Amino acid sequence: MPDGRQVCVLGAGMHPWGKWGRNFVEYGLAASRDALAEAGLAWTDVQFVAGADTIRNGYPGFVAGATFAQALGWTGARVSSSYAACASGAQAIGSARAQILAGLVDVALVVGADTTPKGFFAPVGGDRRDDPDWLRFHLVGATNPTYFGLYARRRMELFGATEDDFAAVKVKNARHGLANPNARYRKEVTVAEVLASPMVADPLRLLEICATSDGGAALVLCSNEFARRHAGTAQRVTIDAVSTVTPRFPQTTLEMPDLSTDSAAAVASVGPTFRHAVALAAYEEAGIDPDDVDLAEVYDLSSALELDWYEDIGLCKVGEAEKLLRDGETALGGRVPVNPSGGLSCFGEAIPAQAIAQVCELVWQLRGQAGGRQVEGARVGVTANQGLFGHGSSVIVSR
Amino acid sequence: MPTTKTRVPAVEGWFTLDGAAPALLGSRCTACGTVAFPKESSFCRNPACTGTEFAETPLSRTGTVWSYTDACYQPPKPYVAADPYVPFAIAAVHLAAEQMLVLGQVVPGVGVDELAVGTGVELVLDTLYEDDDHEYVVWKWRPTGTTDPTRAQDA
Repeated sequence: MPDGRQVCVLGAGMHPWGKWGRNFVEYGLAASRDALAEAGLAWTDVQFVAGADTIRNGYPGFVAGATFAQALGWTGARVSSSYAACASGAQAIGSARAQILAGLVDVALVVGADTTPKGFFAPVGGDRRDDPDWLRFHLVGATNPTYFGLYARRRMELFGATEDDFAAVKVKNARHGLANPNARYRKEVTVAEVLASPMVADPLRLLEICATSDGGAALVLCSNEFARRHAGTAQRVTIDAVSTVTPRFPQTTLEMPDLSTDSAAAVASVGPTFRHAVALAAYEEAGIDPDDVDLAEVYDLSSALELDWYEDIGLCKVGEAEKLLRDGETALGGRVPVNPSGGLSCFGEAIPAQAIAQVCELVWQLRGQAGGRQVEGARVGVTANQGLFGHGSSVIVSR
Repeated sequence: MPTTKTRVPAVEGWFTLDGAAPALLGSRCTACGTVAFPKESSFCRNPACTGTEFAETPLSRTGTVWSYTDACYQPPKPYVAADPYVPFAIAAVHLAAEQMLVLGQVVPGVGVDELAVGTGVELVLDTLYEDDDHEYVVWKWRPTGTTDPTRAQDA
C-alpha cells in the first residue's frame, strides 16, 4: 500500500447503542469526546468535521457536520455533511480522507449519530407519489424485512441454506456481542430460541432481523505525517481504502426501495453484482486480496444477509457461505471471524453511525484492544455495508 | 361481495385497467430500447444513451417467481391495511422478455407454502384498499399452476 494513499486513525469512540430516546447530538458528542481522548488531541486541534446525516431528526440532522461542530463549540473548522442512507458514515469517512490526502487539513473528526423511532422504518411523512420509498410502502406494503426475506428464500432454494443456518448466524453474533460494552443486546441465544421467535418476513424471524437503535460513533483521522509527529513510533492503524461506488447499469438485483430492477434486455448485465463490486473496489484500492483479510464487519441487516456478504466480500465462492459458517470459520477462533463486535444483530441499526462503528471495531481489533472478543493477531480488516438508493460502502483498515 | 364503489387505480398510469388481461405499463427508450418500470419520461438509465423520448409499452403479463416472502406484521403507513390486518405474500417476479424483476403482492389466499422459485404467475388487478366511495386497485401476482423447473432466471 503506497504511503501516500493512507490516512491514520488516531482515535475511535462510541456512545453505547440502545433505545435511549435522547437527542442524537448527545450521542455524537459523547463519541467525539471519546475519540479525541483516545487520540490525545483537543477539539480545538480538529481542522475538519465530517458529519454523517440523519433524516429523522429534523434540520439539525440534515446538517450533521455543523450540528456537531456547534455542539463541540464553533472553532472555525471546515465542515461537511453526508447523506448516503446506511453508507452515510462511510461517505463521511471518505470526505475526511479526501481532505487529508489532498493536503488541505491534517486532522479531521468524523461523527455520526441517530435517534430512531420504534418499529419498522417507515418513509418520511407526507403524500409523496414521486418517491420510490413512499410508493413501495403504499402500493405493496414492502418493508425492509420484505427484501431481506426475498434474499433469504433465494439462498434456501438455490444453495440449500436452512432456517438452522440463519439461526446459527444469530447465535454466533449474539455470542460475539456478549463481550462488547457498546452493544445494545448482550444475551446469548440458542437456535431453538431463534426458531421459536415470531415469523416477520418468511423465512426470517424476529430475532434474525436487526432492530433500529440510538447510538453514536466517531473517528479522529490524520495524515501519515501528522501521525508520525504526534504519535512518534507508536503502532499506526491506517485506512487503506474507502469504496462508495454506485451500482452499474443494468442493476439486476432487486434493491430497497425499488419495486423493480433495471431491464437487461437492451443492454446485457455483465460483471459483478453491486455488493460484490463495492468490496472489489475496496480491495483494488488497498492492493490486497480477500485472502489477506483477518476479520470482517459486515451489514447483517438480517441473519441470512450475513451469508450473502461472505460471498460478496470474497471470503468464499458463491454458494459456499453455509459451509464456511457450519465449519466455524467465521466465528471467533475461526479462520476469518465475521462481526466480532456482535454486528447489527447485537447493535441494531443507528444508520449514520453504523458504518463508522464498523471501522471503530476494526481499529480496536487491530490494536489488540477488543477484550473478550479479540481476534488474535489481526492485521487487516474489511467492512461492508449497503443501504437504500444504490448506496454501499467497504472500508479496509490495516496495521 | 358485490360493490357499487368506483374502481380506481391506486397509482395513476402504472397499469391498464383491462379487467381480463391487465398489464403493467413501462416505458421504452426510442433510442436504445431500454425498458423501465415505472415509466421514465425524461432520462434513460442506460449510461451510454442520451435518449429523451420514450414510448409507453405494456410489460409481459406472466413471469416466474424469482423469490418470495410474506408480511406477517402490518406494514407502517402509507400502507393502508385492512382492519383486522390480514398477512399477505409478496413475490419478486422475473419477466423473461424484459429481463427484469417486478415486486408485487401475491393474491389473497395464496401463502408462501404455495410458492417456489420458478412458480409461474400472471398479473391480475385486485383491491389494495377502499374508502367510502372508491375501491383502489393495484397489480398482484397469481400462480398459474405452471413451474419453470430450470429456474432459468439469473442466479
